[in-house]
Amino acid sequence: MAEPRVVVVGAGPAGMRACAALAEAGLRPVLVDEAARPGGRIYQQPPDGAGRPARELYGLEAAKATRIHALAPALAGRIDHRAETLAWNCFADALDLLGPGGPSRVEFDALVLATGATDLALPFPGWTLPGVYALGGAQIALKAQGCAIGRRVAFLGAGPLLPLVACQYLEAGVAVAAVLDATPFLAKLRGLPRMLSAPATLAKGMLYVARLRRAGVPIFFDVRRPRVEGRGRVERLRFEAGGVEREVACDALGASFGLRSETQLADLAGCRFEFDPRTRQHVPARDAAGRSSRRHVYVAGDGAGIGGADAAELAGERAALALLEDLGLSFDANRAAWLEGSLARLDVFRRGLEAAYPFPEHMVRDLDDATMLCRCEGISAGALREAAIAKDAGEVNRAKAFTRVGMGRCQGRMCGRAAAEVLAMARGEALGQAGRLRAQPPVKPIPMLPGVLS
Amino acid sequence: MQFARVKPRASAEVAFTIDSRPARARVGDTLMTAMLLNAPALRRFEFGEGARAGFCLMGACQDCFVAFVDGSRVRACTTLVSEGMAVLTGASDG
Repeated sequence: MAEPRVVVVGAGPAGMRACAALAEAGLRPVLVDEAARPGGRIYQQPPDGAGRPARELYGLEAAKATRIHALAPALAGRIDHRAETLAWNCFADALDLLGPGGPSRVEFDALVLATGATDLALPFPGWTLPGVYALGGAQIALKAQGCAIGRRVAFLGAGPLLPLVACQYLEAGVAVAAVLDATPFLAKLRGLPRMLSAPATLAKGMLYVARLRRAGVPIFFDVRRPRVEGRGRVERLRFEAGGVEREVACDALGASFGLRSETQLADLAGCRFEFDPRTRQHVPARDAAGRSSRRHVYVAGDGAGIGGADAAELAGERAALALLEDLGLSFDANRAAWLEGSLARLDVFRRGLEAAYPFPEHMVRDLDDATMLCRCEGISAGALREAAIAKDAGEVNRAKAFTRVGMGRCQGRMCGRAAAEVLAMARGEALGQAGRLRAQPPVKPIPMLPGVLS
Repeated sequence: MQFARVKPRASAEVAFTIDSRPARARVGDTLMTAMLLNAPALRRFEFGEGARAGFCLMGACQDCFVAFVDGSRVRACTTLVSEGMAVLTGASDG
């Protein structure tokens, strides 16, 4: 056959490892990525000229970040890297792109989707005030722009990003007002046995907490009912911890409650989805190698379910090997087996992490009707509950039609998960029943393109 | 000013305007960084009260969409600031 046309979407750890394996096999994949430089969000590079060393930008992960970045020059000429390019629609055999040179279409025989994740946002009073950012966003401000989101910053979360970002701010010389964990301290002990499967990773997490404690940063666990208050900006954060009402003065807050997969392109590609009870989201169904339900469409990394950066590297390479095998090309079967074994081992740690940071259901239970749930369109949690009960909208797409929740510019990226949680809880139904917001092209807002959107 | 620069950037200065008021940033700053080093927010919220200053910083939430004087719009967190940009926050035009 003619040289197969392979496209990889996403230049994070999964996409870059997939590209490396494909190039190694003699293919010349097209790599589509929205950023100017590879690394994904986890290893995001600042624009040229920042002059900051990797150790400062990526801390204990500097070596991994540097290795991923180094793949780009190493693969130069062997991959077709389309930087600053959005894949905004996906068909059975083609992607619509919008890049610096304008719109284009790229056809493929095989597709690897390594589309990554975003912060999992949950609404709480004041979360739309200027100065409230996603935790990952707070981290990006620091590493990609050398800026802090405020001068006295509080952090709220339910995942391993919480102590990491707080620690990075501390080390950058920013006043850290408080670190608020929405999950109980006892959960950390429950997660411990499995997290011992990766002692180095566990040690890093403990190191971050130790540094915060040594610096005298107040750390609270099982934080309930967070509320940001201020006139047009963040002035203070109120919350409950240990049954006691507390208040922290701050001018910014980094808050998110885990991660959620970016799955729009897999949806448009026609991949079958299934509910993953561990991460409480619908993800593309896949086998251990990353094969989706669609022939010659592969999913890898956090876009296929939340596994973290190390797992993403392994999964990207594994998916590439599956692709080679499925195209009848030679591939290293021993390597493929080793990758799957390594992924299974990492999953043990991941299960420990999930136990240490369980989903904070109280954020959904305590969410008052007046709080804005959809920040694009300004729709309240109460409006969604009303649709769920009075209008019998048991599924998020139906609720979207009634309320406009998820219909705004973010297409439900920031509210879709919360909407499913609120809907299911309001109706007393299983979370999986609430479904997932269907993806619509363009998957992100694009300028009107004459002749393309007809 | 919502943001605070904690790592000095040695690159050249960029002059731009926010609602016609002159502002300065550095080459390599995103428009979001540039604006939030000069202002408390990015834009007025079009469906209700208050202002918005972005949220995710990774091109997903679209909270940081801002308009230029020519009517075109960009996502401020993924657009680098450049000389002469003239952004509107919607704060004064009703």
